[in-house]
Amino acid sequence: MLSQHLVILPLLIPMVTALLQLLPWGESPQRYRRALGMLSCTLLIVCATFLLISSASSPLVYALGSWQAPFGIVLVADGLSSLMVLLTAVLAFPVLWFACYGEDNLGSHFQALFQFQLLGIIGAFLTGDLFNLFVFFEVLLISSYALLMHGGGKLKLRATLHYVLLNLTGSAVFLISLGVLYGITGTLNMADLALKIATLEGDNASIARAGGLLLLIVFALKAALLPLYFWLPQAYAMTTGTVAALFAIMTKVGIYAIIRVFTLIFGDDSGAAALLGYDWLWWLGLGTLAIGAIGVLGSRDLRLVISYLVVISVGTMLTVFSMNSERSISAVMYYMLHSTLITAALFLLVDVIAKQRGKTASRIIKGRRMAQHAALGIMFFIAAIAIIGMPPFSGFIGKLLILEAARTGAQVALLWPLVLGSTFLVMVALSRAGSRMFWHTFEGKPGDVTHPQGQLIPIGMLLAAIIGITVFADVINQFVERIAYDAMHPAAYIEAVLGGPDVK
Amino acid sequence: MEALYATTVGMLTACSIYLILRGRSFPIVIGITMLSYAVNLFLFSTGRLVMNELPIIGNQASYTDPLPQALVLTAIVIGFAMTAYSIILAVRVRGELGTDEVNEPDSSDAEGQR
Repeated sequence: MLSQHLVILPLLIPMVTALLQLLPWGESPQRYRRALGMLSCTLLIVCATFLLISSASSPLVYALGSWQAPFGIVLVADGLSSLMVLLTAVLAFPVLWFACYGEDNLGSHFQALFQFQLLGIIGAFLTGDLFNLFVFFEVLLISSYALLMHGGGKLKLRATLHYVLLNLTGSAVFLISLGVLYGITGTLNMADLALKIATLEGDNASIARAGGLLLLIVFALKAALLPLYFWLPQAYAMTTGTVAALFAIMTKVGIYAIIRVFTLIFGDDSGAAALLGYDWLWWLGLGTLAIGAIGVLGSRDLRLVISYLVVISVGTMLTVFSMNSERSISAVMYYMLHSTLITAALFLLVDVIAKQRGKTASRIIKGRRMAQHAALGIMFFIAAIAIIGMPPFSGFIGKLLILEAARTGAQVALLWPLVLGSTFLVMVALSRAGSRMFWHTFEGKPGDVTHPQGQLIPIGMLLAAIIGITVFADVINQFVERIAYDAMHPAAYIEAVLGGPDVK
Repeated sequence: MEALYATTVGMLTACSIYLILRGRSFPIVIGITMLSYAVNLFLFSTGRLVMNELPIIGNQASYTDPLPQALVLTAIVIGFAMTAYSIILAVRVRGELGTDEVNEPDSSDAEGQR
């Protein structure tokens, strides 16, 4: 009974939790809300694990209201979706734990917004319908608008205004592209679209290509690709640490959407619309990588440095994805796990560092010693090594897979120097930041702000997850290779959704 | 009818893009509202424009496609909520920063501060 509804559980859990959290809970509501939130995140991890196991052999399809695709809306959990859901759950648990030490009191309804945000993200990963994807994008966006403002402050306000206005325009473009695709094909189910787009010819194919490129623009805005990344550094650097850490998964929603739509609908076998936009992704991805590296080196604030590290990871992933081979997609997936977890860990860590340093906050200048100097220093050291991509942590393995994925001369000639060059610049920037903050401190007594040991545990958990995906790199790599195979051969997905090859 | 419809959508979109590219929050919010009108009209037309027909298959020779109408309804509801939020946000920005300029006059000073 329960296993039959497993696919929708990751959506129901955060939604019901959020609704419960909104109830008036009497004298000290925050205690119950926190307990509910942590319970929800724990259940999510369990559910996502089961989902990953049961969707390993073939995609699970859940037809809402038993309306079969392509007429009804379906949720589809294949390897790619389930892995992303598990990643979201694994990220949400420590981030929420960290927030429960008082940061959720900075504004009202943080806990409920957090769950709604999870609902939107997980929904975007699980849906098999393009319009439903739009709806879940809006769910995650509207909670992200509110979360970005969490804690208040003038600088946050302006960053939020930019973010909101850009995304509202993005949503309009999303709807236009959906209209174009529906007008040509008469369907919005992704599997059905894949079949119908492949048969288009002439003018209709050109219009469908235009619609597809509009979709690419929307997803690139979410993912923060080169001309559309300007909102990201400001928004991520201004908001609180927990929100920024949760948003580590937000750019990945855009990347997931690009991988899903552009392998399934505009993949190799899509006739006149085959491999749409891949050449754009290649050049813009390389540009994003370069811009991110320059941004990292030029930032004078550790938060901004990490925001630009997000930009670099986006550039890397989309460039590698555009090479369109099983090897490249599996490299992207491994790197995605690594980069999401490590970015979140760094955002949380910088939040702690900034508070303990007092006035100098996260600016990369000489400051006071921190109260928990040694513990924070060790964590920063581990996190920095992992994100730079030096052995022995997962960053190294991720970059190795990425470099290996480049096969032809032209790919090697452009990708290798940019990836290795940006790695070098990141190393310079982070060693500069680390030595200024941890070694060149003022003599005298350290700052008096301390964090409870319990608040450092979530950061430790994220770092442990990094070590985990390093140790089990082989197992994970085999799994993502299967995901990549499925992505390159979407026939199984289409068959699972539409129920057999004879349905056209 | 198609030509008139297309011109209307095009005009609305063009005006909204002009307004969105302005530097102050009020015209931008108006522009985004107009863009959502244009988008809704456009979505509505994706089921092809037919007059005086029922949205039921099999009753008559031709029918009007009900799905775009459902999509438009969803888009209107979401767009309404988003517009309300952006208006409140714009008012907050005007109140707290004392200006409705979307970009600060010089943003370099503020870099690195929360």
